[in-house]
Amino acid sequence: MSSKRFTNGALGALAWVVAILVFFPILWLLLTAFKTEQQAFTVVPNFLFTPTLESFRTALAQGSGYWHYAWNSALTAVASTVIGLALAVPAAYAMAFYPNKRTDFLLVWMVSTKFIPAVGVLIPIYLVYSSVGLLDNALGLTLLFTGMNLPIIVWMVYSYFRDIPKDIVEAADIDGAGILQTLFKVVLPLALPGLASTGLLALILAWNESFWSITMTDHRAATLAVYIASFKSAEGLFWAKMSAASVLAIAPIIVLGWFTQRQMVRGLTFGAVK
Amino acid sequence: MKALSQSAQQPATGEATGARSFARTTRLLMAPAVIFLLIWMLVPLVMTIYYSFQQYNLLMPMYDGFAGFNNFAILLSDPTFWKALANTLIIVGVSLAITVVLGLALALLFNRTFVGRGVARTLAVAPFFVMPVVTGLIWKNMLFHPVYGLFAWMARQLGLEPVDWLAHYPMVSVIIMITWEWTPFALLVLLTGLQSLPEDQIEAAKLDGANAWQEFRHIVVPHLGQVLYVVVMLESIFFLTSFAEIYTTTSGGPGTATTNLPYYIFQTVFQQNDIGIASAAAIGAVVLANVFAIMLIRFIAGNLNAGAAR
Repeated sequence: MSSKRFTNGALGALAWVVAILVFFPILWLLLTAFKTEQQAFTVVPNFLFTPTLESFRTALAQGSGYWHYAWNSALTAVASTVIGLALAVPAAYAMAFYPNKRTDFLLVWMVSTKFIPAVGVLIPIYLVYSSVGLLDNALGLTLLFTGMNLPIIVWMVYSYFRDIPKDIVEAADIDGAGILQTLFKVVLPLALPGLASTGLLALILAWNESFWSITMTDHRAATLAVYIASFKSAEGLFWAKMSAASVLAIAPIIVLGWFTQRQMVRGLTFGAVK
Repeated sequence: MKALSQSAQQPATGEATGARSFARTTRLLMAPAVIFLLIWMLVPLVMTIYYSFQQYNLLMPMYDGFAGFNNFAILLSDPTFWKALANTLIIVGVSLAITVVLGLALALLFNRTFVGRGVARTLAVAPFFVMPVVTGLIWKNMLFHPVYGLFAWMARQLGLEPVDWLAHYPMVSVIIMITWEWTPFALLVLLTGLQSLPEDQIEAAKLDGANAWQEFRHIVVPHLGQVLYVVVMLESIFFLTSFAEIYTTTSGGPGTATTNLPYYIFQTVFQQNDIGIASAAAIGAVVLANVFAIMLIRFIAGNLNAGAAR
C-alpha cells in the first residue's frame, strides 16, 4: 500500500512540475512586465528584482496608442458578439423548437462554413472591402468576426435551447402565445446562463483573433493583436513595454477562459464533448 | 407547434393557413443568419474560385482576363508552393502527433486526485487562452533569442553553445510554439471527456477484478476514442491555417523554411499583388481543409441524429 501511496505522490508531483513548466512562459512574460527595460534585456536573466510599474506606465501612457487599440479590440469583440447573438437566437430558436425536414441540413451547413479556411475567402473580401471603404474600418472587422463566430454561436445557442424541456414551449403554444412571445417570455429567460457563456466564448475568440485583424486593418481600426504584432521587429528594444502591453491584453482572457473552460469545450467541439 | 407532427392534434379548421403562416415565421427567423453566412462565407468562396481562373494582378491591370488553368499551372510549377504545401503538412502532422499524445498523457495525469489539482490544471491549460500573437513574441524574444533569450542562458549554464532556434531550427521552433498553445486544448477537451466516463462501468470492471491496464484498454479507450477523433479533426483544421505564430516570428523564413499555405497566400496577395495565383492557392487550401472537414461534419451530423433520437 505504501508503494501505491508513493506512486500517487510522485504522479501528483509530476503533474505539478508539468503545470509549472507549461505555465512558465506566461509567468516569465508577467515577470518581465514588472521590470525596467534595462532589467528585461540582459544576457543573464534577472530572477530577483524590485518590481516596478514603470513599463505599465509607459505602455499605457498617452501617445503609446494602447487605449486606441484596446478600444478597437473591445468594440469589435462586443459588437460582433451582440450581432452574432441577435442573428443566432432567432435561427436557433426556430431550429430547436420548430424543426422541419430541412433543419438538420441547415444546421450542419452553418457549422460547415466554420471549416472554410480564412485564406479561402480572404481575397474577395479584401477586394470588396477596399472598394466599399470597409478596409481598416471597425464595422468591416466586426462583420468578419461575426461571420467567423456565427456558426459556433448558432450551434451553442441551439444546443442550450435543446436542453429546455419541450413541454414548456408546447404548453406556452397551447396557451396561445405566439412564437415571438414564447421566445421572449419563456425560452430566453431559461436559456440565459447558456447565452451568457456563448457570448463569453464569442468575446474570447474575437479578442484573440489575429488573421483578419492583421490583413484587414492598418491603424484606424487596428486591434491589440495588430499593435502587439508590431513589436515583432523590435529587436531587444521595449521588451518590458511589450510584456506589459501583452499582459494587459491576455490577462482578462485567461481569467475569463478559466471560468468558461467547460462551455469552451462544448462550443469548440460543436457539442461532441460536453 | 411542430409543423407536421403536431398538426394532427390541431382542430381541422384553418389548419392549412395556420401551418403556412407558421412556416413563414420560422423561415423569417432563420433567414438573417443564413443570409449573413451566405454573404460572408459562400459568396466569397465562389468569388475565389472565379478569380482562380482569372489573370489578375493588381499591379498589372492591363493584362486582366480569363486565364483558364494557367494560374494552377504556374502554381504547380512554383517550388515555393510545393514547399509551402509540404511545410503545411509537416506542421499539421507533427503538431498533431505531439499534442494528441502529450494531451492524452497529461489528461490522464491531471484526472488523478492530488493536492492542488484545480490550480495545477488551471495553470496547465492557460496557454490555450493566450493570444497567438503574444505567444509568438514571448517565444521569439524571451525564450528563443540566441543572446538574450532564456534558452541561450540555460545552454551557457550547461556549458553548451547557445542555439539560434529561429534561424537554425525554424520549423522545430514553429512546431514548439504551436504545440505549446494546442496541447492545453487537447488536455482540456480530453479531460472533459474523461470526466464524463461511465463511472458505473468502471466500478463493475473493478469488481470483476480488472487491473488498471484492462480498465484503461476496455473502458477508457473506447469512450475517449470519440473525443480523440474530434480533437484530431479540429486541430488538423486549425493547424492547416496557422498564421500568427509564423507571422510574428519567422515571417515564413529563413528563405521559405516555415512558409505554410496561409503564409504563402498572404505573401502572394499582399507582396506580389497577384490575385489570380493567390486565389488558385486558396482553392488548394480549401480543398485540403475539406478533407478533414468532411469527416468532422459527418461526425457532427451523426451526433445530431443520435441527439434527436434521445
